[in-house]
Amino acid sequence: MGIVASVLKKFHGGVHPPGRKELSEQCAIESMPMPKRLVVPFHQHLGAPSEPVVNVGDTLFKGDLLGSAGDGISAPVHAPTSGTIVAIEEHVVGHPSGLTMLCAILEPDGKDQWNPQLQGVDDPFSLEPAAVRDLVKSAGVVGLGGATFPSFVKLSPPRDKVVDLLLINAVECEPYLTCDARLMEERPLDVVEGIRIMLHALQTKECVIGIENNKPKAIAAMQNAVAREASGKDGNIRVVVLPVMYPQGSEKQLIEVVTGRQVPSKGLPIHIGVVVHNVATAVAVRDAVRFGRPLVSRIVTVTGQGITRPANIEVLIGTLADDVIAHCGGLKPGTCKVVMGGPMMGLALHQTNIPIVKGSSGILALTQDESSGKPEHSCIRCGSCVSACPIQLVPCTMAWFAKTEQFDQLINVDLFDCVECGSCAYVCPSNVPLVHYFRYGKLALQSKAREEKKRELNKQRTKLRDERLAREKEEKERKKEEMKAKMAAKKKGKGTETHGSEAVSGEESRS
Amino acid sequence: MIEAVLSMGGLALAAGLGLGFAAKKFHVEGNPQVDNLTALLPATNCGNCGYPGCRPYAEAIAEQGETNIGLCAPGGVEVMEKIASLLGVEPVEMEVDPGPKVAFIREEECIGCTACIKACPVDAIIGANKQSHTVVADMCTSCKACIEPCPVDCIVMVAVPTTVYSWVWNKPEVLH
Repeated sequence: MGIVASVLKKFHGGVHPPGRKELSEQCAIESMPMPKRLVVPFHQHLGAPSEPVVNVGDTLFKGDLLGSAGDGISAPVHAPTSGTIVAIEEHVVGHPSGLTMLCAILEPDGKDQWNPQLQGVDDPFSLEPAAVRDLVKSAGVVGLGGATFPSFVKLSPPRDKVVDLLLINAVECEPYLTCDARLMEERPLDVVEGIRIMLHALQTKECVIGIENNKPKAIAAMQNAVAREASGKDGNIRVVVLPVMYPQGSEKQLIEVVTGRQVPSKGLPIHIGVVVHNVATAVAVRDAVRFGRPLVSRIVTVTGQGITRPANIEVLIGTLADDVIAHCGGLKPGTCKVVMGGPMMGLALHQTNIPIVKGSSGILALTQDESSGKPEHSCIRCGSCVSACPIQLVPCTMAWFAKTEQFDQLINVDLFDCVECGSCAYVCPSNVPLVHYFRYGKLALQSKAREEKKRELNKQRTKLRDERLAREKEEKERKKEEMKAKMAAKKKGKGTETHGSEAVSGEESRS
Repeated sequence: MIEAVLSMGGLALAAGLGLGFAAKKFHVEGNPQVDNLTALLPATNCGNCGYPGCRPYAEAIAEQGETNIGLCAPGGVEVMEKIASLLGVEPVEMEVDPGPKVAFIREEECIGCTACIKACPVDAIIGANKQSHTVVADMCTSCKACIEPCPVDCIVMVAVPTTVYSWVWNKPEVLH
């Protein structure tokens, strides 16, 4: 049997940006001193925002609920440390707009004390899979690779689908980032335990951990751990070593490499029987299930030529990037850009007083020669982007439609299949900001769809209102008629009234 | 006497049949362009365009020679452009749109007369008699139908602030 291909396949295109992992790959995961205050956004995940459930002045333990999950796809947010809520207000967050979002401002009490009521499960395998999912859901675990998709959703396959393979994404294909590699080197047993819990929740046996061959230490650590921890137990966990290629860490590309199957356009991995989770998510799932601990911290790689001391740090959610940078000795002169996430898909920050959130995998301080930013020239239709695109799209045409605002055409060229990996922009000899054009096109289309929906709702509301007014009018008419009839009956009734009373008295006399 | 009745009756019958036949045979459908235009308009009948409702505005464009296709404020540039492409005419300049706006009731000044509630074509204003009213901003179409009826002039149009949820990427600027 095997959904896993015997020979690794290759996906279309891809690029080889310089890895630059040597800056931070030797840096062991450290912790940092407790910041003076934490800024915890209520919306750190894909899906509906969480609803604040705390008030200013509340004293909380570490792990207490700050915001409860919204409807459907959503995740709760928890207090990253013990302390007091000093404000609930708008604060700038790591968003391309540079705009604010509702955040809880927490002043730590310095004790960093977990809520003593938080309890884990010693033997997660005795639980029903649904119970495991509930634990993961209430712990606010989301995909830590950067997409922050709520993990419980991906652990709950639809009834009519069978999961053949759990694919653990330990590729870390973004240059610079080393947080996943360090995690595997330092906590390999926790990773394997997390994987086994996930396998149990998915009710499947097969698991592949995909790691690129530029992380030999992580590969060795994981192979050891798998041999020690998983042998003789349920489940077939394997480490698969992959050649280096960007964007191999993109879900659909990784699936293609490992299984040889392509996820259909607009489809999900589950449609071909695969579920993909990030390696750090596996550890978060383990902490949630075994110890009942919500996701309140994550490992962040702080690196780049512009940082004084590169590091891998376990950072509390809500720590300001400023505090993290200061802990690493600050920025060197010549730093021209600070990026949150990886250099290919990350977000250039407007300002650095923004909080670390569940999806922040890195803080990169880049110097002039590390960052792009050359002026855009005209597209020469060389086709480099077409050969580089891992989804086999035609980036130059897509950018042209976005540039000329032919938004309807963008749908025809499958804009929404683009994962914004940046391979096209990386190879473009004319420095066309292709991904920027795609984002511009996507949001323009989405906002158009939103407007359309709103207009449709307005039409419906007007219709309902007109119907209501008509009904009310009818009602009025009817009442008028009734009044008239009553009046008429009264006039007429004056003569018949006596008959009625006689009849009644007649009844009485009979009884 | 009987001849007169018969001849007149016969004539009336013939004329009636003729008319009935003509009505069926030469029946003229309503202007389909009016229907097409009405479908594009917001259908909230706010009257902001100067016509009594969306259909009358559509009729004016299609049949009465109204040339300004940019009168629909709630529809905005988007609806104007759709109308332009339907009619095959050039899009017109609309008043510069300073971004979306919604009606806002200064609640301390509101006397609770319900005049605006009755005027709102999309039921976006809530409140009761002699109680302060308020506009549900998400539902407001910025048609301004509520402003005129307010006896104390406490309704103003305010800009909708951009949030991380409504923000859109700017178009990349080409530097030369």
